[in-house]
Amino acid sequence: MLRKNKFFFPVLIVLLVAVLIFAIAFGAVSILPSEMFSSLKHFLQGKDPANIYEGVFIQLRLPRVLLCAITGAILAVSGVLMQGLFRNPIVEPGLTGTSAGAALGASIVFVMAPNFNPSFKSFMGPLLVPVVAFVCSLLATYIVYSLAKNAKRVSIMSLLLIGIAVNAVCLSGTGFMSYIARDPQARSITFWNLGTFSGASWQQVFIVGTVATTIFIISLRYSKQLNTLLLGEEEAGYLGVDADKLKRRIMILNTAMVSVATAFVGVISFMGLIVPHVLRLLIGSDNKKLLPASMILGAALLVLADMCSRLLLAPAEVPIGIITSLVGAPIFILLLKRFNMINEKGGYHA
Amino acid sequence: MLKTENIHFHIGKKQILKGISAEFSAGEFNMILGPNGSGKSSFLKIFSGEIDQYSGSVLYDGEKISHYKKEELAKRRAVMSQQPELSFPLMVEEVVMMGRYPHFTFNPNKKDEEICNEVMKQMNLTSFKERNYLTLSGGEKQRVQYARVLAQVWEKPATGHRYLFLDEPLTSLDINYQQEFLQVAARFTENNVVLIAVMHDINLAIQYADKLFFLKEGELIAHGKPKDILTEELIKNVFNVPVTIINNPVTNTPLVVYHNNAVK
Repeated sequence: MLRKNKFFFPVLIVLLVAVLIFAIAFGAVSILPSEMFSSLKHFLQGKDPANIYEGVFIQLRLPRVLLCAITGAILAVSGVLMQGLFRNPIVEPGLTGTSAGAALGASIVFVMAPNFNPSFKSFMGPLLVPVVAFVCSLLATYIVYSLAKNAKRVSIMSLLLIGIAVNAVCLSGTGFMSYIARDPQARSITFWNLGTFSGASWQQVFIVGTVATTIFIISLRYSKQLNTLLLGEEEAGYLGVDADKLKRRIMILNTAMVSVATAFVGVISFMGLIVPHVLRLLIGSDNKKLLPASMILGAALLVLADMCSRLLLAPAEVPIGIITSLVGAPIFILLLKRFNMINEKGGYHA
Repeated sequence: MLKTENIHFHIGKKQILKGISAEFSAGEFNMILGPNGSGKSSFLKIFSGEIDQYSGSVLYDGEKISHYKKEELAKRRAVMSQQPELSFPLMVEEVVMMGRYPHFTFNPNKKDEEICNEVMKQMNLTSFKERNYLTLSGGEKQRVQYARVLAQVWEKPATGHRYLFLDEPLTSLDINYQQEFLQVAARFTENNVVLIAVMHDINLAIQYADKLFFLKEGELIAHGKPKDILTEELIKNVFNVPVTIINNPVTNTPLVVYHNNAVK
C-alpha cells in the first residue's frame, strides 16, 4: 500500500502534466513546445495566432485536451462518490439513469430536430444537443430518485434496482430512435453513445470546468462524512452525520456534474469504475485522499484514451468510448475476479 | 444521567416496547439483559437517538434528546453496534480516527492523534495500526470498533455527562478479551460516564455490573443492584430456564448455574 507514501501525489501530478503535454503535442499536426509557448503568449496578448500550428494549438488541441481532462476527473470522482454512497464496489456514475437519460435526449434531438421550431433551433445554436441531453439526464435521475423514495427515506437498494429499470427504459427509447432514424442520424446517435471530444470548444471547457471546480471543492468538504458512510448509515448517524441529507446532497452533486459533462461529450463508460478501483487498491478508501487522487488519475487516463483515439487510425478518429470499454472491461473483469477471490477469504480488501 | 419515560414503540402492529421508564446513572456500569426479541436492541436504538418514531421521552442530563443536534450529541454520546462492517478497505488507525470526526472539521489536530494512540494502546491494537480492517478476525474488528467509540467520547465535555452504549460487545471475543474489555469499560465508567451495555452472559454481567435491567416482551421486569434483585425465580421468569444460584467462591458474587433440562 502506498497510502503513507508522500511521493504518491507528486508522482501522480507529474504523470498528469506529462500526459497533457504529450496529448497536446501529438495529433494530426504535431506541435512543438516552443510553439505552445508562443501561441499562449500571443493568445494572452490578444493577438491572432502567428501560424497554423499556433492556431491548431489554441483553437483545437488545447480546449480538447482540457475538456477531456476535466471530463475524466468528473467521471472518476463521480465513481468514488457513487461507490461510497451505495457501499458497493461495482457501481458507476450512470447507475441512476444520468447517462442513459442524456443519451435518450441527444438521440431525440438527432432524429426529431428537423421538426423543431426553426427559431428555437437558431436560438439554441450549437447548445441544442447538450441542453436537451442535460435536461433529459436530470429528468431520468429525478424519476429514479423519486420512485426510490419511500416515506421520506431513500433506500440504497431500491435506488439501485429502479436505476437499472429506468436505464433499460431509456436504452429502449434510444434504440427506438435509432430504429426510426435515417442513416446519418443513426450514425450521430451511435457516435454520441460512444463519446467524442472532436467538438470541444473553449465555451464547453468554460462551462464544464466551472461546474467541475465548484463540485470538486464541495465534495472534498464531504469527504469526512462520506468516510463515516463506510461504516453504514446507522454508525454514520452515531458520528453525527445526517445520512439522509448526505445521500441527497451527494446525489445532486453527482447528477449535476455527470449530466453536464455527458451532455457535451456523450457517454463514456468504465472510467468511473476503473479509476476508483485502482486507487482503492493503491491507497485505500479514505475519501480525503481518494477524491483528489481520482481527479488526477481520471484526468490523465481519459486524456491518454483520447490521444489513442486520435492516433490509432489517424487521420480518422476512433470513438473514445470504444477505447475506454476495450481497455476498461478486461481490467474490470480482472478486478472482479480478484474481488471474488478475496471475498471467499472474508471480505473485499486490497 | 440518562432517563427514559414511558417509552412505547411498535413496528407495524407488533408492540416492541410497552412503556419503559428507567434511569441510568453516571459512574455506574449499567447492563440490560433479556431473551432474544425482548426489545433490548430497539430500546438501545431509541435512547441512542437512531430511532425517532416512538412515544415517551428520552432525557440526557434532564434535556430531551430531540433538543440536541445530531453533531452535538455525537461529541458526547458514542454507540457500538453489533458487528459493523466496512464496505471498502481502510487501515485500523483510519477506522479509529473516525471516532474523532465529530470533534474536528477537516484535519485532525495533535490531540485527536494522541487520543487515538492512547485508545489503541488500551485495546492492544498498536501493532495493528496499519493493518487492513477487512483482513482482521471478528474479535479483532470488535476491538477496533471499541477503540473507535472510546476515542469518540474520550474527552470530558464542557458541561454534562458522556454516554457510551454497547450493543452485545462481547460476541466474538475470547475469554481473555471479554475480561479485558469489561475492565476497560468499568475503568472508563469511573470518570462519570453513563455506560449502558446490552449483554447476554448473565455471570459476566453479575461480575461487572453495578445495575442490571431485565427486559422481557418489551417490559422492564426488574432493575437494581445484582445482589438485591437476583433470584432464581427472576431468571426462570425472564429466560424460561430453570437455574440455581450459588456463591462464586472466587469472586464472592452470585453465580448462576443453568439446569440442562430447559422447560419448554
